[in-house]
Amino acid sequence: MSTLISGARVLLECLSREGVEVIFGYPGGVTLPLYDAIYDNPIKHVLVRHEENAAFSAAGYARATGRTGVCCATSGPGATNLTTGLVDAMMDSIPIVALTGQVLSKLIGTDAFQEADTFGITRPCTKHNFLVKDIKDLAQTVHEAFYIASTGRPGPVLVDITKDVLMAMSHYTPVTEIHLPGYKVVTDGHAGQIRRAAQMMWEASRPYVYAGGGILAAGATPELTELVDTLDAPAVCTLMGLGGLSSSHPNFVSMPGMHGSYAANMGMYECDLLIALGVRFDDRVTGRLAAFAPHAKVIHLDIDPAEIGKIRTADLPIVGDAKKVLSKLNKNLKEMEAEMAPLHSEDRKAWWKQIRAWKEEHPLAPSFSTDEIKPQHLMYEIDKLSGGEAIVSVDVGQHQMWAAQFIRFNQPRTWICSGGLGSMGFGLPAAIGAQMAHPDKLVFAICGDGGFQMAIPELATLANQGLPVKVVVMNNGYLGMVRQWQDLFYNNRLSSVEICSFPNIEMLAGAYGIKGRIIRSPLELVPALKEMIAEPGPYVLDVRVTQFENVYPMVPAGGAINEMVLAPPQPVAVP
Amino acid sequence: MLMTISILMENKPGALMRVTGLISQRGYNIESLTVARTLDPMLSRMTITVDVDSRQRSQVIKQMNKLVNVLQASDLTESPAVLREMVLLRVRATMENRTAILKEAEIFAGRVVDSSVDGFAIEATGDPEKLEEFIAVMEAYGEIEVTRSGMVAVSLESKKLRLAPPVSKHHDESVEAK
Ligand SMILES: Cc1ncc(C[n+]2csc(CCOP(=O)(O)OP(=O)(O)O)c2C)c(N)n1
Ligand SMILES: [Mg+2]
Repeated sequence: MSTLISGARVLLECLSREGVEVIFGYPGGVTLPLYDAIYDNPIKHVLVRHEENAAFSAAGYARATGRTGVCCATSGPGATNLTTGLVDAMMDSIPIVALTGQVLSKLIGTDAFQEADTFGITRPCTKHNFLVKDIKDLAQTVHEAFYIASTGRPGPVLVDITKDVLMAMSHYTPVTEIHLPGYKVVTDGHAGQIRRAAQMMWEASRPYVYAGGGILAAGATPELTELVDTLDAPAVCTLMGLGGLSSSHPNFVSMPGMHGSYAANMGMYECDLLIALGVRFDDRVTGRLAAFAPHAKVIHLDIDPAEIGKIRTADLPIVGDAKKVLSKLNKNLKEMEAEMAPLHSEDRKAWWKQIRAWKEEHPLAPSFSTDEIKPQHLMYEIDKLSGGEAIVSVDVGQHQMWAAQFIRFNQPRTWICSGGLGSMGFGLPAAIGAQMAHPDKLVFAICGDGGFQMAIPELATLANQGLPVKVVVMNNGYLGMVRQWQDLFYNNRLSSVEICSFPNIEMLAGAYGIKGRIIRSPLELVPALKEMIAEPGPYVLDVRVTQFENVYPMVPAGGAINEMVLAPPQPVAVP
Repeated sequence: MLMTISILMENKPGALMRVTGLISQRGYNIESLTVARTLDPMLSRMTITVDVDSRQRSQVIKQMNKLVNVLQASDLTESPAVLREMVLLRVRATMENRTAILKEAEIFAGRVVDSSVDGFAIEATGDPEKLEEFIAVMEAYGEIEVTRSGMVAVSLESKKLRLAPPVSKHHDESVEAK
């Protein structure tokens, strides 16, 4: 018979069997038994400076690796602080397991010190959640949590554990089976539908691949690349899907949507077959639905049956795992190729000619200035230094859109971005998670001057862990994206968007023992970026950019995707 | 439109909250909800009637079927099903109208479950329209107090129950590795 161990040790045993290397967390009263067990456990615990960031870092780790990230918080305020990170992971289908402590079972419902209804509060923030009040259920529940988080459409799962369970002594019995009769995951895809999809792809004159986060979740980059090569179809990757197909692939057009390129959106508008792979027809991509791909038949592949037909009716739905389905689809395409490929080869040539023409007409070209650093110029130089290989974690705002437009991602899981929730404060903690997973990779955290200030406490984590994250603050002196909307839609009445009292970065970073530098001139840009990269440790670079620059192209919310605003309205000459 | 949903789910804490949360987070109002254990005490059967945008019906069902605790959710709005509700009603009766009330109750197949000098308590079951009529008739006789059970439904089609088979932990790790 094995020896008796505490619930906390049972929990750590489960984590280690799930392959967990690192937990991002913050301790407290009810998690004391867990932290006592962590003290001499090989699993690494990273002490963050706010629980929200524990969830963001766990998600950053998951986004960069595909493995389930783990975060941990105490009851009450610890658990409520996690919620933004949970919803963020929910919106972007990121697998994380959140562990929270709960007050003693016998105190639940008594308004005990630091009691909160974590189970109730996080129900709509998670894919599934559990409350464990009996040590007998602990191991099974933890393994179920990992199973649910990582399979099907991934997502956050929370396990709330009472302090008495963490303290209870029991034997660890390995869990051999997961049985969740109501949790049905369809991965294979219907063979007939797949065959029909292949047929439709060859029959189309203007096929267009619209690839999203589902490609990354499934690890389907090789299969997607093969499909694009076989069909020789133009392809776009959504904000969540960047890197799913290499940005350097000749068929990659760019990102579609509100700040997508002219060519990407025009392609969406004019295609006759939209091949939607692991996407959810987000309103930031589609604009006004009636004007979205109005001439196209739609093939929609997703692992979540509820996504099919949610926004746009699919002419051919396929429910399944993108990797499995695309590999079968590729076989079907190859079998039909000899016979079907010549069918529309002329139309296809014309289609490519059209796409190239759109690209040339309105390219996504960075702008430069001799006296100011243009935000686009900053992204352009980061892109050159990255060469499509660095991990880039971004915050939310204008800098995020410019980064998406100008930085290439030649590998999957190198672009780390809060897409669905758009949570400011995400960029730095997510970069910390990514760097923990890839200690030797070049990791940038590109933040706005607003969002950076939401994450400043994590500079301590950077210093503490000695993580060489390169923090670039694109400092425009404003909550730029909100300023842009006030400019365009509220008569430029700039209300509470100016960022006054921004701290001196050299002094701020210095206070944490981190190198920091402020630059203002375009001439300083490349040398400063190089100096930052050469620095073996963390670095914070405050880049003062043009203050009043708007992100273009822009499809105003609810507008038609073929009616983009391409550039700032020019002043009209007085006659 | 009013939609009738029948749900077979695990009888676990929080399962009910997941189902109702899914409805309330979309801003829909639940008209009635009944839930009780099935023959298998580990499972519950729930019937919900809810006012939803008619185009959202299949989305609601799909989202419910995604809930880990839900084994099967089906839309009974347009499929063959028997829908029943029960009403318990107390009516004040005078010496003059007692017989008339009993007669009316009989017409609606109501059963007197309590009788006193003040009046009657009557139990009746039926489809909701019939019960509305019954209540209206009783109201004509005097002051009434009504408790309705909410709809219970049984589908007349035998729909195959598809359940996820158990997975061995080994398989689970290979998924993790991807
Ligand atoms: C937590 C949170 N609060 C508010 C917003 C709304 N919001 C979106 S972008 C933005 C401005 C961000 O400013 P900054 O970080 O300076 O980035 P910039 O747009 O200037 O690049 C704001 C306030 C948000 N996305 N997240
Ligand atoms: Mg800013």
